[in-house]
Amino acid sequence: MSATAAVIYNYDGSFEGLLCCVFESYDKKEIPLAIIGPDYRQSMLLAGKDILTDPMKAKRVQSSIPKKISYEVYEFVCQAFLTCFPEKELYILLFLRQAYKCGPQIMNRLTDEIVYPLYKAVQHLQKESHLLKGFIRFSVANQVLISEIGPKNFVLPLLKQHFMERYPEERFLIYDKTHQMGLLYQPYQSRIVPIDALEMPEFDETEIQFRQLWKLFYDTIEIKGRHNEKCRMTQMPKRYWDYMTEFQSAPTLRRKIPNGPEKLPVKYK
Amino acid sequence: MDIFAKLKILSDAAKYDAACTSSGVDKKSVRGGIGSASACGICHTFAGDGRCVSLLKVLFTNICIYDCKYCVNRRSAETEKAAFTPKELADLAIQFYRRNYIEGLFLSSGVVRSPDYTCEQMIETLRILREEYKFNGYIHAKAIPGADSLLIARLGMLADRMSVNIEMPSQHSLQLLAPDKTKHSILTPMSYIKGRIEENCHDLVKYRHAPKFAPAGQSTQMIIGASPETDRQILNLTEGLYRSYNLKRVFFSAYMPVMEDQFLPSLDTKPPLWREHRLYQADWLLRFYGFAAKELLDEENENFHPYVDPKCNWALHHMEFFPMDVNRAPFEDLLRVPGIGVRSAHRIIAARRSGILSFDGLKKLGVVMKRAQYFISCRGRKLPGLDMSRQVVLRAMMSAREAKLYGTDLIGGRQLSLFEPNSVLEVGAKELIACLPLPL
Repeated sequence: MSATAAVIYNYDGSFEGLLCCVFESYDKKEIPLAIIGPDYRQSMLLAGKDILTDPMKAKRVQSSIPKKISYEVYEFVCQAFLTCFPEKELYILLFLRQAYKCGPQIMNRLTDEIVYPLYKAVQHLQKESHLLKGFIRFSVANQVLISEIGPKNFVLPLLKQHFMERYPEERFLIYDKTHQMGLLYQPYQSRIVPIDALEMPEFDETEIQFRQLWKLFYDTIEIKGRHNEKCRMTQMPKRYWDYMTEFQSAPTLRRKIPNGPEKLPVKYK
Repeated sequence: MDIFAKLKILSDAAKYDAACTSSGVDKKSVRGGIGSASACGICHTFAGDGRCVSLLKVLFTNICIYDCKYCVNRRSAETEKAAFTPKELADLAIQFYRRNYIEGLFLSSGVVRSPDYTCEQMIETLRILREEYKFNGYIHAKAIPGADSLLIARLGMLADRMSVNIEMPSQHSLQLLAPDKTKHSILTPMSYIKGRIEENCHDLVKYRHAPKFAPAGQSTQMIIGASPETDRQILNLTEGLYRSYNLKRVFFSAYMPVMEDQFLPSLDTKPPLWREHRLYQADWLLRFYGFAAKELLDEENENFHPYVDPKCNWALHHMEFFPMDVNRAPFEDLLRVPGIGVRSAHRIIAARRSGILSFDGLKKLGVVMKRAQYFISCRGRKLPGLDMSRQVVLRAMMSAREAKLYGTDLIGGRQLSLFEPNSVLEVGAKELIACLPLPL
């Protein structure tokens, strides 16, 4: 039996790091009070135990999940790690400890006090990534499709497959402003890399024309006699609007290139 | 005419078509091409009226040789006319698609010169998309009634979904309002498409790479409120269409008055939106909840209840069916409980495998307890302290908006009794009554 110990784990914020926390918890037969990533360290008063990320330990935990529990649980945990749920690390640890005991059945325990919040968080992630598959807007500059998003969850890994299958011959970049990460793709490979800031280039005449055409279509397709602001906002929350072409005002749509081709915001290799 | 003017005219002319879904088929892009599709459908934006926009919905042209009275594009209408060229439209669709504005193309058309000619123009547009751009995204094409079946067949090989609009819920109304169309001219292409889809299914069993005919199936649409049919007639027709033509969807479109005519509702009539809403609710019950049309409406109740949705209405009239034990009831029975949907029913089945469910747990599974509490029991017991009086239960079945409407009618001195037949038409259905043209 492991008891809750008055200890806090500090980990490096990576998924491997979290798996090492799971390892540590079993190794020392203890359950930490919290697991803290590098971004929140200062705010804690209690001194914590630094958990070093050891690829060997991480690998052992990683391969044991599909083997001893199920692949479904492994995928669930991977996705749970991408969510914006504040205590996801501790909940994932508690979830895994429970799952090692009861097996794949854990996924049915939807009313459990550990499983339920994680399940909700994963659903939120999946919903957000589904919406963004539609709401992402690309702009074309120098034959590269560029887009910026501001999601709450870290959705890029979930968007990767979809956009690769959609535009296999294009080169594209999706920049996640919240997490300062970018999804880069060129035929036929992709990478997710940290990007500090992205300055949108100015766009040429053709690009501006298509933006205006789209805005025109969007404004025309509404049946004015059925206007329903509330319904629109329920389906498409306002936080997405800032990034969508159809809600940009005319001056932004009109931004022009002064002369010649300009450089891409990030180096594209 | 430049592309801006054309797009404005031809999307404006297409906006009354209800279907804008991109669902029903899973596809990946081919190497060297562009475009994929997802079976669950992806909405790319929502218009100011709250409707999902997932396809570039346009007419090929709004020039039309027909003169259907309810239609904005009829021959006698004095709107500006325009037509795309196939190349122009294909380019526009691809450029929109690259920027992720859309999931594909919805192509309909007025009938220019002849149905065959119109169909050929549409085919050419889709051919450019599919063959020249290797576009593998979603295409919804409207079959033009009266076109040669070989052309319809070709169109179906290029599109993912086909549709033929049934327009009016009865032959009588069709005759009156669309004198150039007949029931026969609409149902012929519909059954032809059905036949081709079935044939194609057999081919696919034999040859895995057989070309697919409208893999996302067939849909249709009818206009609600331009003619006097009751909800019951419409719902029965809908059920019949699902059964006999294997349709994927039947869409309803609340009638927006576009012109003055002795046979049509007057121009100041508001579109019967609540009626359309109720019909969609019932449509869902038919497709996913195992309800039959005759369970929802009968001779005594020709129309849906204005304040209570069809499922709650059914439950209130079948109290002998309840309370239902959530720990034992089979899936089909759970679906009958107001407040339990398809997803939460699945979750209940999964969750009760690993433990007995409590009322508190049900909330976590996504059950709307405000409604469900009156119809369920856990471990043989109902929720303690539950007030089962008629008015309280009735209130709980209403959404905030319905309750507000109901409240106003109460102040007006008329109280609605749910358990009296035909009370529906007497109260609150002003909108509906206004839509019934009396001369008919």
